[in-house]
Amino acid sequence: MTAHTKGSGTSWVGRSIRRLEDPALVTGHGRFTADLAAAHWVRFVRSPVAAGRIDRITAPPSTHLITAADLKALKPIRPMLHKFNYIPVGQPILADGVVRFTGEPIAAVYAPAKDEAEDLADLIEVDISETAALIDGPTALREGAPLVHAEAPGNVIVEGRITTPGFDEVWTGAHRVIRVDGRSHRQNATPMEARAGHAVYDAASGRVTLTCTTQMPHLVRTAIADILGLPEHDLRVIAPDVGGGFGQKMSLAPEYVLLVWLARKLRSSVAWTEDRRENLIAGFHSRDQHVTLEGAFDANAKLIALSADIVANVGAYSCFPTTCGVEPLMALAELPGPYDVRAYASRSRGVLTHTCPMAPYRGVSRPVITLVLERLMDKAAAAFGIEPTEIRRRNLIDSFPYTSATGLVFDDGTYQQTMAMAIDAVDLAGFRRRQTDARNRGRHLGIGFATFSERTGYGSPAFAARGMEITPGWETVHLTIDPSGFVEARIGSSPHGQGLRTALAQIIADEIGIDPQHIRVVHGDTDRTPYGWGTFASRSLVISGGASLLAAQKMRAKLLKLASHMLEAATDDITLASGTAQVIGTDRTITIAALARAAYHQTHVFKGAIEPGLTESGSYDPSGTFSNACHVAIVEVDIETGRVEVERFVVAEDAGLIINPMIADGQVHGGVAQGIGNALLEEIIYDETGNILSGTLADFLPPTAHEIPPIDMHHIETLTGNTITKAKGLGEGGAIGAPAAVINAINDALSPFGVSIEEMPATPQRIRAALRSSGRPA
Amino acid sequence: MSSKSDITLHINGHDHAIRVEPRRTLADAIREECGQTGTHIGCEHGVCGACTVIVDSAPVRSCLMFAVQAAGKAIRTVEGLADGEAMHPMQRAFMDHHGLQCGFCTPGFLMLAVSVLEREPDIGDDDLVDVLSSNLCRCTGYQNIIKAVRAAAAEMRRK
Repeated sequence: MTAHTKGSGTSWVGRSIRRLEDPALVTGHGRFTADLAAAHWVRFVRSPVAAGRIDRITAPPSTHLITAADLKALKPIRPMLHKFNYIPVGQPILADGVVRFTGEPIAAVYAPAKDEAEDLADLIEVDISETAALIDGPTALREGAPLVHAEAPGNVIVEGRITTPGFDEVWTGAHRVIRVDGRSHRQNATPMEARAGHAVYDAASGRVTLTCTTQMPHLVRTAIADILGLPEHDLRVIAPDVGGGFGQKMSLAPEYVLLVWLARKLRSSVAWTEDRRENLIAGFHSRDQHVTLEGAFDANAKLIALSADIVANVGAYSCFPTTCGVEPLMALAELPGPYDVRAYASRSRGVLTHTCPMAPYRGVSRPVITLVLERLMDKAAAAFGIEPTEIRRRNLIDSFPYTSATGLVFDDGTYQQTMAMAIDAVDLAGFRRRQTDARNRGRHLGIGFATFSERTGYGSPAFAARGMEITPGWETVHLTIDPSGFVEARIGSSPHGQGLRTALAQIIADEIGIDPQHIRVVHGDTDRTPYGWGTFASRSLVISGGASLLAAQKMRAKLLKLASHMLEAATDDITLASGTAQVIGTDRTITIAALARAAYHQTHVFKGAIEPGLTESGSYDPSGTFSNACHVAIVEVDIETGRVEVERFVVAEDAGLIINPMIADGQVHGGVAQGIGNALLEEIIYDETGNILSGTLADFLPPTAHEIPPIDMHHIETLTGNTITKAKGLGEGGAIGAPAAVINAINDALSPFGVSIEEMPATPQRIRAALRSSGRPA
Repeated sequence: MSSKSDITLHINGHDHAIRVEPRRTLADAIREECGQTGTHIGCEHGVCGACTVIVDSAPVRSCLMFAVQAAGKAIRTVEGLADGEAMHPMQRAFMDHHGLQCGFCTPGFLMLAVSVLEREPDIGDDDLVDVLSSNLCRCTGYQNIIKAVRAAAAEMRRK
């Protein structure tokens, strides 16, 4: 591949170059946390019940047992929000007298081998006096319900309300009100690599190195140093190759705190590898929300007011750093979605229960609110007797910047255009004919649309608006060209499958005229990278990309200055391309490697006019930007069995300038697949006592290649002015839109039966139950 | 603790003389006793397929086979796919078609696909999707895995 300079029309940005990450990963040379050997293996003893008092923990003599009594000097995990009546509750590293969810760590044992530690854990006897368990949000809200934490009356840990001025007048003027009782059951992000940690003490320095499966190594270091009362420099955190995260790995695992504590105590190396059952029952859950939504429409099917009551079952504790407010508060702020509606009244509560704590999962709340809002649109369309796409056409925002009823500012987007593109792609009119023919033959096809926005790349003010004590908005990139001419970009973000190394190298390459293959992006090591927040919230390409661009622009300026001295030409007359600086229109050139060598070894040449070395830094804290998309699912429902087959899926999306189209499409594919899984298959099921019934991958069902149809991708690139790279994030959109599109398609297929399915996953059982209760059973 | 047995695992043409308990899974033995950590463990109950290796030409979930059962058999793992510096067509195809993101499930998919295509080079598209649905990937939505395996199949047939 040849390099081209920026502005030549064939820049690195915009090209589907192969990922720089891949050679190691396809040859088995990736390095994952569980690959490390340790002197001691840790196994956690976990609560077999959801709620109770710990009476006694007994172990065979000479067992290496750790309980809460050993950890009295450690602070609990206690993230903080300064708004929305948030009540800070603490999570002890090991349950201290009380257990609050099935799977909560009660004790830890260690042994020289992993299987020995597992054997030992089985010998630990825990006597627990069980108490009544609260499993779902509405039950926990009932008058007189037991309290999960004494300091949170009514089990409400966070509550936000919004009522726009004049709401009641608008509401009473409605022509028609449509209601949706939306429900997302509990899910688990299920990265293929479960969590793992490895901590090793270095006697020479007194430091501990924690290698772990995290999306945010710097924040893990801060949190553990705070909990243990250490200076941060006594701890190094490494996120090596991380096997997917999807949000589950952006919250602090109490298990990691114990590993660091134990490595210091033993002055040795200790490791823990989570098994799949632990991950499914205790590795953070997600999506558990009830949303009751009412929409008021005028006679022209224009949405004039929205009213919502949101209850998020956040589980037993609050996750660090976002707090459990992340689900209910995002729902509160973003529920009106991409629709132009000025009157909005909403209450959103986070409710404590005796279940595994919830944490962000790809899309955070928006898959649920999009499901509910898109059901509302389809139900309203049916009530008005118009196509679902027509009601969206009348209501989607279409002039920018648009300030929403909750004060969010939408930058340029293509809500109408992407929907039109999707309608063309699926041939809506043709589909309706096919649907009618199929119905006449007893087959039930349906089409479902979801139009939505994806708020991405938002900086620290957006987090501050939520009242977060920690506002993970900005990123810093340190860019160095070494004396050999190779480039190293050290970033605070922490990618784990997104191909960010490749995409950032493309951005940097265009600025400094060096091929991406010669640019090494270093991440996931607090000793090697500047402080930063990690990779989550569709932020890294936008924010680390912006910081990379700023650092690279400074580097470009310095290279031009060096070249100007060495080539005796004005900086404006010099280009940087293919590793060479050239005076335009001449054959006077010097390699960038020679410039780099001179910047370190021949500084006298510059007579003090240029600082020695070649390191530049960029930091970026953007205001945020909205990507948008229209998803369409075509499904067939077998009304006798309730089985749903997704026949086709279409995505028309706009995420601004696409840096690497191959990687961008891959992100959308993965998100859509997770969304289809959410819509049809995946459910963490508790019984009424709080025991989990879905503790294996044969019970909790991520989709296979069989369940995911071909995904047709269509793009518009609206160059946003809200980011300096013109790019928007797109990591979550696939998962945000797909559930709504699939559920709407199921409802469209079932429209002859007059049922409305408003919950996910829409399992065969739920579909059959809806059909049976319809009065027109199939 | 139960007694250990002396066995030899033949992995990618090399002999590994190891001592393991009868309950030791092949996956653990490959990773820990033999130090070949390219084979990953995703569920330890035979659903996800991340630990798939090839044993005597058949794809095997190494978390469901005991190490002692594999003694003396020819085991191939992801580390043995490339011929020196030359990658296997399946490895190249996964890179060319973006068939991986985090890379954790990738060794299992590579070994599954290679073994199936070695046994059945002319496998049809539908059957191929059937086979690939044996393993789980959480990143790619399978689109590009299918594309990559089809491309590699075409190339393997040409050879």
